[in-house]
Amino acid sequence: MSRHSLRARLARAVADDRVLQAVHLATWRKVEARAASFAQLPHAEELRRRAAQIRRHTLENLPRYLEQFAARVQAAGGQVHVACGAAAACRIICDLAVRRGLKLAVKSKSMTTEEVHLNAALEAAGLRVVETDLGEFIVQIDHDRPSHIITPIIHKDRRQVGTALARALGCRYTEDPAELTRLVRQHLRDVFRRCDLGITGANFGIAETGTLCLVTNEGNGRMTVTRPRVHVALLGIEKIIPRLIDLPVFLKLLARSSTGQPMGSYTTLVTGPRRPGEHDGPDELHVVLLDNGRSRILSGPAPEVLHCVRCGACLNACPVYRNIGGHAYESVYPGPIGSVLSPLLYGPQYEELPRLSSLCGACASACPVQIDLPALLVRLRARSRERQPLGKRLLLSGWAWLMRHPRLYALSQKLLRELLPDDGAGWARQVVGPLANWTSQRDLPRPAPGSFRELWKQELSDET
Amino acid sequence: MDVALFVTCLTDTFYPRVGRATTLLLRHFGCRVHFPPEQTCCGQPAFNSGFHREAACLLRRMADVFRRYEHVVTPSASCATLVRRHGPELLEGTPAAAAARSLAANTREILTFLRDELHVDISGLLRLDEPVTFHYPCHARDAYTLDDLLGWLVGSGGRDVRVPRHPDLCCGFGGVFAVEYPELSAALLHDKLDELVATGAELVVCNEAACTLQMAGGARRRGLKLRFKHLAECLAESLGLLEPQA
Repeated sequence: MSRHSLRARLARAVADDRVLQAVHLATWRKVEARAASFAQLPHAEELRRRAAQIRRHTLENLPRYLEQFAARVQAAGGQVHVACGAAAACRIICDLAVRRGLKLAVKSKSMTTEEVHLNAALEAAGLRVVETDLGEFIVQIDHDRPSHIITPIIHKDRRQVGTALARALGCRYTEDPAELTRLVRQHLRDVFRRCDLGITGANFGIAETGTLCLVTNEGNGRMTVTRPRVHVALLGIEKIIPRLIDLPVFLKLLARSSTGQPMGSYTTLVTGPRRPGEHDGPDELHVVLLDNGRSRILSGPAPEVLHCVRCGACLNACPVYRNIGGHAYESVYPGPIGSVLSPLLYGPQYEELPRLSSLCGACASACPVQIDLPALLVRLRARSRERQPLGKRLLLSGWAWLMRHPRLYALSQKLLRELLPDDGAGWARQVVGPLANWTSQRDLPRPAPGSFRELWKQELSDET
Repeated sequence: MDVALFVTCLTDTFYPRVGRATTLLLRHFGCRVHFPPEQTCCGQPAFNSGFHREAACLLRRMADVFRRYEHVVTPSASCATLVRRHGPELLEGTPAAAAARSLAANTREILTFLRDELHVDISGLLRLDEPVTFHYPCHARDAYTLDDLLGWLVGSGGRDVRVPRHPDLCCGFGGVFAVEYPELSAALLHDKLDELVATGAELVVCNEAACTLQMAGGARRRGLKLRFKHLAECLAESLGLLEPQA
C-alpha cells in the first residue's frame, strides 16, 4: 500500500456520503451509549486502571500464564495447538477438519480468524463455512469485508442489507430489522442442525482454569460451542488473563465500551469438551494459540497495543474513522487500534496509517484498558520518519532550522505577511507552495500587521 | 511575581491580540511580565510528526531561553503540554534533561496559572453579553477539563452559554496532518463547524491558536458567521484591559 494508493482511497472514502452517513449515525449512537453506561458504573476509572494493570501484568509474565492455560485446557480434556503464523493456524485447523471428515463449519464472530483468513483456507480444504453472527453473515453473503471490529456492517444501510438477503436467501425483500433477523435466524437454525465443526475466537482465556470466555449478543456463540461435535477456538496469545476473579473486571468494561450495554447478552464460559453425563457440548475441543507477530510486538516500540480487548470503542470515538469508514484502512483492524496494530502485524506497507490521525486522543479516553493510543501513534511515526518523502523531511528540518534562528524567524513572519495574497479583508484564499494544501480546504488569515514580538517591542515592554 | 510569557509561534504570528490579553491579565493580577525575544517554537509539530531529533533540538533551545524564569506562562495548553509532558521524555538521558524537567515544572497555561498560582476566580470576573459557544481543545486535557472550561464560562458572566452537542469534538487540525491529509482534516473540521453553527451562537471561545486557525479558516471558506476568541481576550475585555472587539 503506497502513500499514493492510500491517498486515492482516502479521497474516495471522504466523498462516499452514503457510507459516511451510516458510519456517523452508528458511531455517535455508540459514543453516546457508552458515555451513558459509564456514567452509571461506579468506580469506572478505578476499573479501567485495574484492567490496564491486569493486562500489563499478564503480558509481562506471558510465558508462565500461557503454560498454565495450556496445562489447564488439557487437564479439562481439550487439546492445545500453537501456531506461529497465519498459515500455520489455517493448516492446523484445516488438517483436523479434513482428518475427521468434517463438512460444515459454523463460526461465531472472531477477529482472529479474520486476521488469518481462515474462511478461505477452510473452503479451499472443501468445507462449507457459515458465519452465524448476523453482521458477519451479511458480510459473507454479500462478498464484502467487515468495516468495524464489532459492527461488521456499520457501513451498510438497511436497504443494502435487505437486498443482500433477498438475493442470497431467495426471500421477499424487506427493510424491517425484526423481519430481517427472523429470516436469518430461520436460515441459520437449519445450518446449526447440520453442522459438525464450530469455530470461535475467545474474548478471554483464563489461565487458572483453562476456561474460554465468549461474549456475544445473539446467542450464536453458545450454539456454535454446543451443537457441533468439534469445537475449535483460535485465540491470540495476548488474550490470556490470569484468574477467574479477574474476569468480572473486563466483563464490566467490555460491553459498556462496545455498545453501552452493562453486559453482553450472552457470556459463555467453556472449560473442556462435553464430559460424561453432560447433555451438550462437543466431543472434542481444540484451542489454537496464535502468535502471528505478537511476540515480536511485545519486544517492540508499542507492546501496549496487545492490551487491547477488541471492544471497538476507539473506532467509535475516532473522528477520522467516522469520516473514512473502516475499509479505507485496508486492514482487518481499522481505526486507531488498527493504525497501531496493522503496521506492527503486517509490516511497512501499513506504516503510513499512524499518520492518519489528528492525535485528538478521543480513542485513549474511550479505551477500557487505558491504552495511550496517541502516544503509540507518535512512536510509530518516529519509527517511519526516515522513509517519509524527501520533500517533507527537507521541509520539516528546514522549518526546525529556521526556528533555531529567532531573527530569521521574525523575518519570515514579515515575509509571510508580504507574500500571502490578500482578498481585501486580510485573508488568503489560494496560495502556492507548502501552504497550498491549507488553502485547498480553508482560508488562511494573513499574519496580523505587527506580530506579538513587534507589539512587545513597540508598546508592551515599557514595564520591564 | 516575575513571569516569562511563552507566547507560542502561532499566537505570535497570527493572534498577537491573545498575547496582549495574556500580558495585560498577568500585569493586572500583579505579575511583572518578561518576554524573552529569542523564543520561537517549542517543537510540537515536529514531535507529533515523529521528527523527534528536531523536536528535541527546539525544546533544548526553549529550556535555555527560559532557564532564568521560575514561572513560564503560555496562552496555549497544547504547547504547555508539549513542554510539560513530552519535554522531559524527549531530552531524557541528554545533558539538557535537568533543564527540560525544570522547564516542564515551571510552565503553565494562562487560565490554570491564574486559577492555581494567582488564585483568581475567572468566572466571577467574566462578562459575556452575547450568546457564546465554545470549543474544548483536545490538547487542553492535561491542563484543564471540559468541566473547568464550562465552569469558567457559565459562572456569573455567561448567561447564555450554548453547549455544542460534543464540545470536545476535534477540529481536525492535528499539526502537519492538516496539510498532509487536507481533505480528511477538512472532513473533521466540517463536523466540528456544523455542531458550532447548530448552537446559534456566533461567538466561539477557543483557547488554542491552532484550532482557531483551522476553525476560523474553515468557517470563512464556508461563509459562516462565526467569530473566535481566546478566553484570555474575553477576560481582558471584561476587565476593561482591552477594547472590546466585535
